[in-house]
Amino acid sequence: MEHKLTISPSPHVFTGRSTRGIMGDVLIALAPALVVSAWVFGAQVLAVTVLSVACCVVFEWLIQKFLIKGPATVGNLSAVVTGVLLAFNLPSSIPLWLVILGAFIAVGVGKMTFGGLGKNPFNPALVGRVFLLIAYPVQMTSFPTATAAGAGMLDAATGATPLSLAKGILKGGGSVADVMTQMGISDLGLAIGQHSGSLGEVAAIALILGGLYLLARRVITWHIPVAVLGTMAVFSAILWGANPESYMSPLFHLLTGGALLGAFFMATDYSTSPMTRKGGIIFGVGIGLITIIIRLWGAYPEGMSFAILIMNAVVPLIDKYVKPQRFGVANRASSAASAKK
Amino acid sequence: MLKSFPKGGIHPPDNKISAGAATSVLPLPATVTVPLSQHIGAPAVAEVVKGDNVLVGQLIAKPGGFVSAAIHSPVSGTVLAVEPVAGASGVKGMAVTIRVDGDEWETSIDRSTTLVTDCGQMDPSAIIAKIAAAGIVGMGGATFPTQVKLSPPPGKKADTLIINGVECEPYLTSDHRVMLERTAETLVGVGLLARALGVSNIYIGVENNKPDAIEALRRTVGDLVRFLPPIEIVPLKVQYPQGGEKQLVKAVTGREVPSGALPIEVGCVVQNVGTALAIYEAVHKNKPLIERVVTVTGKGIARPSNFLVRMGTPVSALIEAAGGLPQDAGKVIGGGPMMGRAMSNIDAPVTKGTSGIVVMSGREAARRTETDCIKCGGCVTVCPMGLEPYLLARLAQKQRWDESEAGGVTDCIECGSCSYTCPARVPLLDWIRLGKAEVGRIIRARLNC
Repeated sequence: MEHKLTISPSPHVFTGRSTRGIMGDVLIALAPALVVSAWVFGAQVLAVTVLSVACCVVFEWLIQKFLIKGPATVGNLSAVVTGVLLAFNLPSSIPLWLVILGAFIAVGVGKMTFGGLGKNPFNPALVGRVFLLIAYPVQMTSFPTATAAGAGMLDAATGATPLSLAKGILKGGGSVADVMTQMGISDLGLAIGQHSGSLGEVAAIALILGGLYLLARRVITWHIPVAVLGTMAVFSAILWGANPESYMSPLFHLLTGGALLGAFFMATDYSTSPMTRKGGIIFGVGIGLITIIIRLWGAYPEGMSFAILIMNAVVPLIDKYVKPQRFGVANRASSAASAKK
Repeated sequence: MLKSFPKGGIHPPDNKISAGAATSVLPLPATVTVPLSQHIGAPAVAEVVKGDNVLVGQLIAKPGGFVSAAIHSPVSGTVLAVEPVAGASGVKGMAVTIRVDGDEWETSIDRSTTLVTDCGQMDPSAIIAKIAAAGIVGMGGATFPTQVKLSPPPGKKADTLIINGVECEPYLTSDHRVMLERTAETLVGVGLLARALGVSNIYIGVENNKPDAIEALRRTVGDLVRFLPPIEIVPLKVQYPQGGEKQLVKAVTGREVPSGALPIEVGCVVQNVGTALAIYEAVHKNKPLIERVVTVTGKGIARPSNFLVRMGTPVSALIEAAGGLPQDAGKVIGGGPMMGRAMSNIDAPVTKGTSGIVVMSGREAARRTETDCIKCGGCVTVCPMGLEPYLLARLAQKQRWDESEAGGVTDCIECGSCSYTCPARVPLLDWIRLGKAEVGRIIRARLNC
């Protein structure tokens, strides 16, 4: 019998899941929001997204080949995901050269500097976005008015996002009712994306759909999104309940800005979130709290990106102290004590 | 809600393609090679020399220590050699090679199929003595000498017996067939075990993917109700590694075996169904452990089968009987695909712990390229011991043994759920095994000084 037998340690069977497959699932989950965005803001959305993806992939490939000098990694599709997420965090009317710069910062600084996928502490797309937001605040906060089917796309009018509108009016002594009149959009309108904002964040229902797909495919678990959105809802509900005249409703907070995009797609990024589910809940609660604090009392109308990046920085600490419950070990204290001796 | 263990676990495709194949008796080979170390503990010491004639069931090696097991001739014939022979991994170990001549059994062995139902009258120490004399070891694969497991250390008392009919490894069906075909004998064996331990809580845990076995066990418990102590059949939700002792104890009783301890710590003794059958045969039929049921399976195997095989039969003979090694065979596993060992020598003999032979194609066997950890946390989620495999692997790579120990590396049961799950194909368990071995060495050195 001339058979060449493989000798390797157990296990001998493996799941069919792969990094590439997981990233593919994330892309599928992002697709509905992209479609809605293109419908709301017009073809410019596709131009920004395609450029962002292309730049992220090319930068990763170049850095991996010439600086890291390792095997190509673009096949795992993570650069594509970063590209789409970066685009989703930009206004569709952004000058295209800024997209290229943002992609360079996201992949070059946010990801490859640390050695690539899995080693980066901060969400690369958010590193790119926040860099642009701070360096180019005007271009980054000029949002086109939402116009269904892109009818008024060539109209250069810019609209305030619901969050910046709310911030301006409430700070100026106006009431919630003033905000709602000025905005002129119902909750339903917010849910289907009829408002201004970054190109991928406005389509609430599409984002929820994508989030459910990720949950169904077990790419993510409920812990982080529920912790983020739950904390935002509870926090804002307390204030709103105490004074509905000067604080926006929880529903408003969940449907506007980057809440859903952040909770389902950015905070759940594997590399930059805790390893345990318990840690994920702490992480999510932190993001929810910081987001609302920035929205209500910070200088910026929206705080999701900052909140995620701040909590990204806390992840190593969470992973160090939040451990899974070990089998047959009564509690952490006793196991730490036994480790000491 | 079906019971199961609460922490971690995976659901690999179970591929029980040989489940429907009734056990058939494998013809005797021309020669058998009987290793003297088929169990955990000291190797047995040969009692025969070249040229001796032996009968089926004749003692050919006596236990080499307290934790050891007797070995009996599985065939009748002439001893050709007592010398080191290459085992499944190619490593040589002492073995008795016997040329088969006819099938003459020791006359003390009762070869009838008449069911003896007595299990409540015998003296417990007599039962344990017969088990020791028959060379019985844990047949689920761990091969720990059974008489040692039935003699709890001073100060420890068992109150619960759990019979492991889980068979959570994909592909394997030998326990399943035993529960279906040898139901009554196995149950009497369970009764004998309970008697030997002096326990009255008796459970048989069976995963719900074997409804016919659950049904057969329940029916037979009813039929034999006058003879047997009360035995509860516990259907379990399918989840790997439910057959792990600690997981099974937790699933069935809710008790949690402490880190570093054995199930006896919480009053439990776990025994495999195959072991229960062997105990019945040893006690009531005077038959030593000389044969067992072995599953031969795999997607490329023409006739996935369950064979009743004499110990010492070459694995290659089993594969031939199941249709031969397929052209594209790439790996032959002794045991199941999650915890079994890849064989380099398929002429190695079947031993007391051989529950199955799984043949994989070259494509299935190809080890995939490792990529960077993406920190998905999957390994942490599936670890049934609540460990952090990614961290233990990383600590082993960096040789940080203190932290490995603090991280609980010695708790690892090597179930392989982490490596199975990893989307980046990181060989987590390989690294963790390294850490476990190294930390174990350090702990032993510390105890000795």
